[in-house]
Amino acid sequence: MNNEQFNNRDVGNDYFLVDIEDYPTTGWGKFKRVVNRSFRGELFVGLWVVLREMIFFKKHTISYPEEKMPIGPRYRAVHEMKRLWESDAERCIGCGLCEKICISNCIKMDTKIDENSRKEVSEYTINLGRCIFCGYCAEVCPELAITHGGEYENASDQREHFIDYAGMLTPLEKMTAGTQTEFEGFGAITPHEEERVKKTPLAY
Amino acid sequence: METAYLIETVIKIVVILLIFSALAGIGTYFERKVLAFMQRRLGPMNVGPYGLLQVAADGIKLFTKEDIVPTNVVGRIFKIAPVITAATAFMAAAAIPFLPSFTLFGYEVHPIVADINIGILYILGIMGVGLYGPLLGGMASANKFSLLSAARGAAVFISYEVVTGLSILAPIMMVGSLSLIDFNEYQVGGIGSWIIWTQPVAFILFWIAAFAETGRTPFHLIANDHEIIDGFGTEYSGMRWGLFFIGEYANMFFISFVIPLLFLGGYGDGSLLGALGLLAKVAFFFFFFLWTRAAWPDVRPDQLMWLCWKVLMPIAVLNILVTAIVMM
Repeated sequence: MNNEQFNNRDVGNDYFLVDIEDYPTTGWGKFKRVVNRSFRGELFVGLWVVLREMIFFKKHTISYPEEKMPIGPRYRAVHEMKRLWESDAERCIGCGLCEKICISNCIKMDTKIDENSRKEVSEYTINLGRCIFCGYCAEVCPELAITHGGEYENASDQREHFIDYAGMLTPLEKMTAGTQTEFEGFGAITPHEEERVKKTPLAY
Repeated sequence: METAYLIETVIKIVVILLIFSALAGIGTYFERKVLAFMQRRLGPMNVGPYGLLQVAADGIKLFTKEDIVPTNVVGRIFKIAPVITAATAFMAAAAIPFLPSFTLFGYEVHPIVADINIGILYILGIMGVGLYGPLLGGMASANKFSLLSAARGAAVFISYEVVTGLSILAPIMMVGSLSLIDFNEYQVGGIGSWIIWTQPVAFILFWIAAFAETGRTPFHLIANDHEIIDGFGTEYSGMRWGLFFIGEYANMFFISFVIPLLFLGGYGDGSLLGALGLLAKVAFFFFFFLWTRAAWPDVRPDQLMWLCWKVLMPIAVLNILVTAIVMM
């Protein structure tokens, strides 16, 4: 299953105006309407429609736990922290922009200078009880480090189970297997970016 | 003779009770499946192969649920109401010949509990008594929705009793008997002698009224989920609600037997083919109950009354008059 059928929003020429007759005012008109409706067989049209669905059975449902709907690449579920492809190190540089922009004040972070004089994130928490999944943190992140993930099956007795910093980071096995996926939503580089960027026209 | 007759009758009653209680459960399975297929869904799929054991799961749930009798209800009436629904449904089955008589181990079995000569009158009367289930249950529930449903139920049942009685009168005049077996013998000459060809109007009227009598979808306003929750069943839980349910489905099956017996030749000449034919007709009418539920919207109570008193009843009376004139 892919996203094609969901992304196709073109209704084309399927729209038409419904023909609505004037409401009858006289008794004779009402009587004629009753007779018309009774003998036009609309009820049988309805019967045929549902029987047709039963005979040419095309199911429109998904047996959910076994098969899943594809979700869009821009889907905004619980956050993820990406790693650098080259060194497997964390992308996060501890700039604190996500904490600053968060409109529900749910991101808290603490940083320190490590032994290599690099800024390192020592504490990073997202209060999922407050998070409204607006995507601002992912949009503002200059390093494409914090992004939204696609994991929507959240059932646990504590929200914190989904959002500890170690759990948000891409696992190292995934990095060695090369299966870390880039986020395509807010803040991500649009496809074919390099073709579109031109030299700044400084024509003054 | 007396003892043998007694034993035979008791066995028949037990068999009918068991078969139709089970059929009520399986009927819900078929209803869910048919509705699902018509709405492009799958229906119950997880319990057992193709969800077949869903019936057992529902049964276990119904039997083990806590028996709640809410605070302000009229206890005794509240408790007796579901029993009335289920009991009257099964009592009506006494006068229905389910199959032609057959020989089992050298003993001739008539698959009818009591071949009384007022069979149809008895069935209609008992089904009319079935009104007291929803009526008493709704009035005793101390719940506004239940009360509304009881009022609607009383109005619908009483109104459509008129249509059922009047529509059936014309075929009765032709056959000259109230026994369903006599009806069957009247139509024994094959498809051409079915009463539906001489009484098509009565057939349609009786069929329409059957939907009101069983409270199925076009006339489902007794327990319209979107208006009055479950109507008279709102305060019921567990097996008390289950009895209402069994009563409703048993009623559907019995009406599905009565319509072919009255109008469509019943089991014909009593051969195996005729018996299978009767079962096929019953299956069709039961399927039609489910089919309309998927296809048709509900009507409003006032529309239902309008349909009954301004359309169906005059047509039924005219039908009787025309039949009488033709017979004279």
